[in-house]
Amino acid sequence: MDGFSIFLRKELRESLRTNRLLVVVAIFAILGIISPLAAKYTPELLKTLGTGSGGVTIILPTPTAKDAIAQFIKNVAGTGIFVAILLPMGLVAREKERGTAAFVLTKPLTRPAFLTAKLLALGLTLTVGVAVAAFATYWYTALLFTPIPFGGFLAATLLVLLSLLVYASFTFLGSTLMSAQLPAAGIGLAAWLVISLLAIFPDIAQFTPAGLLTPATQVALGLAPQHLWVSIAASVAVLVVVLLLAWLSFRGQELATNA
Amino acid sequence: MDTAVSCRGLTKRYGDVLALDALTLDVPVGAVYGILGPNGAGKTTLLRLLTGLAHPTAGEATVAGLSVTAQAPAVHQRISFLDQSPQYYSWMRGRELITFVGELFGLRGAELRTRVDEALTLTGLASAANRRISGYSGGMRQRLGLAQALVNRPEVLFLDEPASSLDPAGRHEILAAIASMRGAATVCMSTHILADVERICDTVAILNHGRLLVSASVAELQERYAQPAFELELDPGQGDAAEQFIAAVRASRWAADVVRTADIVRVVASDAAAAGREILPLVAAHGIQVQRFERLRPSLEDIFLRLTAASTSEKVQAS
Repeated sequence: MDGFSIFLRKELRESLRTNRLLVVVAIFAILGIISPLAAKYTPELLKTLGTGSGGVTIILPTPTAKDAIAQFIKNVAGTGIFVAILLPMGLVAREKERGTAAFVLTKPLTRPAFLTAKLLALGLTLTVGVAVAAFATYWYTALLFTPIPFGGFLAATLLVLLSLLVYASFTFLGSTLMSAQLPAAGIGLAAWLVISLLAIFPDIAQFTPAGLLTPATQVALGLAPQHLWVSIAASVAVLVVVLLLAWLSFRGQELATNA
Repeated sequence: MDTAVSCRGLTKRYGDVLALDALTLDVPVGAVYGILGPNGAGKTTLLRLLTGLAHPTAGEATVAGLSVTAQAPAVHQRISFLDQSPQYYSWMRGRELITFVGELFGLRGAELRTRVDEALTLTGLASAANRRISGYSGGMRQRLGLAQALVNRPEVLFLDEPASSLDPAGRHEILAAIASMRGAATVCMSTHILADVERICDTVAILNHGRLLVSASVAELQERYAQPAFELELDPGQGDAAEQFIAAVRASRWAADVVRTADIVRVVASDAAAAGREILPLVAAHGIQVQRFERLRPSLEDIFLRLTAASTSEKVQAS
């Protein structure tokens, strides 16, 4: 693809120079650090509050590394969704809005190369963010509790990442359809809302990206995962279809030179 | 004639608006070609179609012999485009942007550095090359736009109002840089600044309401739309000889009207060819001293206004 590597390099440099990567890493690092801390100290905090408020006794089990893992999945997949939804909103829309898409696409840079480089940069940014969160959780869990099995935790992290990539793909689709960032984010948020409503129904939940979190927790805890492959297949299928729609919407689009 | 750009029935419709109406034109290789027209004439639409940013509703166009729709990637290897209000990646530095564009064209190493330096020097940006684009003024962005358009040494250079946001000195420099491309590249420049066209373009197309009104060289247009009139500026104080000369002109079969204002004599001819042949022999026969004799040539502005006014009036009558 003409211009792919040059444009990918530009995307990565832009991530660094505009501090986009730094912000994503910082948010995920915080999520990764607070997960084992919350697992460790929330019961102690509640116990302190209980005894100090007039004799109510709260009995909580002693926290373990499993609680830290559960917190990690809850935090990264929960709060991280908003990073995944907001991160891609300007990727294509802002370039169309400002006229820079028209600028580069009259050069020897094909549209497939343009979109693929943007997707890859988005995927790398989210991967780095989730990896930092996972590393922080893994490290602090080992410090505060006991070391957790690496293989299961890695598999769980990959499932959480897949879930975030599916949410991000909807905003990416919005960004190719729209010429402004906010409507693009609106499409991502609408998709998240619809998925959250569908995930209420247990029979449907396994086919949504939210359905990946149950097997992710089970894999990390060393339990036999439920509907693991069904959830993976469904999420990959949704990801592929959404990205295909993004390509179909972008390939013949007329581009304005400036707003 | 080898053509760098060719349009055949090129049409673009946006809903009910016909932005370009079956445009057919050829741009010769190596020309500096001005695309003139009032706002909304279809100039930018034409450039957008030729650069692949928009798709024609009907008709076809080729650039450097390649179809702009079927062979867009190959066309993009051979062209450059400068937008009228260029926006670039503001986090980049000027040199970085030109290098990025050069790399997209496959330039590497020493050749890339040389081309980047050349483009920055030619556009007067060398001293600001390491500054962030976010700190550039509008004029500097326009120069940067031209620099990025020159780095690949394009076969065809498309410029949309390239000097519109520049001060007179900046305009002069940019137009000189564009004029220096003559012969090395074909330049298609849309503008409504007629003085710029007269200064550097050798061929022009005038558009109005999406239609091509005329396409010809500037000299040909001036000849075609020249009034059948001549002007003589006489040396002062020639008294009777001057009066006798004017009477002789009035008596000629080719003279429709003769007006004298001080020492200026304007002759409107019914037969311009005959008048052109016979006025000077009459001057000699009457022993008149003249400081100047010329056939009145219309400015590009006169022609532009005449053609666009006629076309607008036709459109109004038709509707």
